[in-house]
Amino acid sequence: MIDWFLDTFGGVGQRVLHGVRRLGYATRFFLLTLAKSGTSFARFGLVVKEIYSAGVLSLVIILVSGLFVGMVLGFQGYNTLARYGSESALGVLVALSLVRELGPVVSALLFAGRAGSAMTAEIGLMKATEQLVAMDMMAVDPVARVVAPRLWGGILSMPLLSAMFSAVGVFGGYLVGVVLIGVDEGSFWSQMQAAVDFREDIVNGVIKSIVFGIAVTAIAVFEGYDAPPTAEGVSRATTRTVVTSSLVILGLDFIMTAFMFRG
Amino acid sequence: MSPLVELTDVAFAYGERPVLSGINMAIARGKVVAIMGGSGSGKTTLLRLIGGQLRPQAGQVKVADRVVSELRSRDLYRFRRRLGMLLQFGALFTDLSVFDNVAFPLREHTRLPESLIRDLVLMKLHAVGLRGARQLMPAELSGGMARRVALARAVALDPMLILYDEPFTGLDPISLAVIGNLIRRLNDALGATSIVVTHDVHESLAIVDDIYFVSEGRVVAHGTAAQMSDSELPFVRQFVHGEMDGPVPFQYTAPPYGEDLRLGRP
Ligand SMILES: Nc1ncnc2c1ncn2[C@@H]1O[C@H](COP(=O)(O)OP(=O)(O)OP(=O)(O)O)[C@@H](O)[C@H]1O
Ligand SMILES: [Mg+2]
Repeated sequence: MIDWFLDTFGGVGQRVLHGVRRLGYATRFFLLTLAKSGTSFARFGLVVKEIYSAGVLSLVIILVSGLFVGMVLGFQGYNTLARYGSESALGVLVALSLVRELGPVVSALLFAGRAGSAMTAEIGLMKATEQLVAMDMMAVDPVARVVAPRLWGGILSMPLLSAMFSAVGVFGGYLVGVVLIGVDEGSFWSQMQAAVDFREDIVNGVIKSIVFGIAVTAIAVFEGYDAPPTAEGVSRATTRTVVTSSLVILGLDFIMTAFMFRG
Repeated sequence: MSPLVELTDVAFAYGERPVLSGINMAIARGKVVAIMGGSGSGKTTLLRLIGGQLRPQAGQVKVADRVVSELRSRDLYRFRRRLGMLLQFGALFTDLSVFDNVAFPLREHTRLPESLIRDLVLMKLHAVGLRGARQLMPAELSGGMARRVALARAVALDPMLILYDEPFTGLDPISLAVIGNLIRRLNDALGATSIVVTHDVHESLAIVDDIYFVSEGRVVAHGTAAQMSDSELPFVRQFVHGEMDGPVPFQYTAPPYGEDLRLGRP
């Protein structure tokens, strides 16, 4: 009985300790990267290149997903609202759902899958093929030269991607609601304009996407830098990036929503 | 004048596993020195200690009269700017072309105009015979070509000390002689000092000044190339003449073969 107890819960304890230790490493690595960000700003071209590979390459999947999510919201929203005879509020429903919630969350999840995993694989592979060591031996700090620009590229791309997701989503809702189903165009837009508050809704949504951007990119670069220098190590790290980021996004979203929309 | 690189009683272990124990070396300025030893004898480890990537657990490594393991990160980087290192597997940056790989240290550490960088890179590439391959990506190179590009990159900043980890593996006989001569000529032209880790006895005897033989964590023989090729020490003879039997074990430490294969058991 005691043995069984120890076997079962001893393992849990080990895992918790391991997790806490990793969280500590990751935090320290994040702070170290921030401290070594001078190069990224002195040579902003390095960051622009990463914005290109993280941001621009995620653009297609973000735009397509945004459009479809918006169109589905159009159908579902219309369905519910029509029961209460308030179809004209469709614009409000679509816009608020996207700006407050779906825009930041879904675009961050997609970003983790598309750009985060690529970032981990890239850094992990550079480590496995000794490129980071070679750089270090050339007196070029790999954290400053390779990690920091990626971190900033990701942090700067995320809010922009999420804004585009929401914008395309609203357009998708318009296509379905107004063009396809025939909700009155005037009330669709005017009610939306009246109901969406800049500070309460838009700013809060942007704050969320900034936080998600920091979380996803920080996880991605840490997992890459920390990956065991083998093919298997890199592939596991890539998977971990996607899984961990997704859970962290959802957890942070719950916490932030609870604080933001209390009132 | 004091030697450029000086190792005194250096000991190093990866975890519990001792690799080097009590290594002593003194490498004079301007020389090309070979370090030889069986596979797994700790040659790469030795270069890492000299480059400041690893710290010895005992003894000290001095380069240009400074103890490498005591350098703070800023000073360590200042030291490494004057160090060229060719890693065993080349380690080219896979997202950069051949040209950009060689230009990398120049762009990171100097503010030279792009036209001058272009000329310098083409000169280094010409020296390794790959001026025509400048626009290729590392994935498009053969192993030997990649090593030559890595060599050009290692000497891009005209270092005072160049460390080569197995520069000859994977080269055909012609490039082998070319690279060997190149190591010698670069060293003399730059007024540098070179340490070459290699298995290639023949090629190194032709280009190096001194040779150190390392086995089981110690220096077992050292002397000039001429002394070594005439040496009667069994270890050196085995290495220089490539004899199968001798003090250098081919096997990694293991239980007796018969026992391992469970001979004589049902
Ligand atoms: N990172 C490491 N962790 C643990 N052990 C290591 C590590 N790197 C090397 N070793 C061990 O240290 C010993 C010396 O390795 P090293 O790479 O220095 O050998 P080498 O002389 O360069 O061999 P080769 O000629 O095959 O390149 C080997 O037995 C190896 O198993
Ligand atoms: Mg080696």
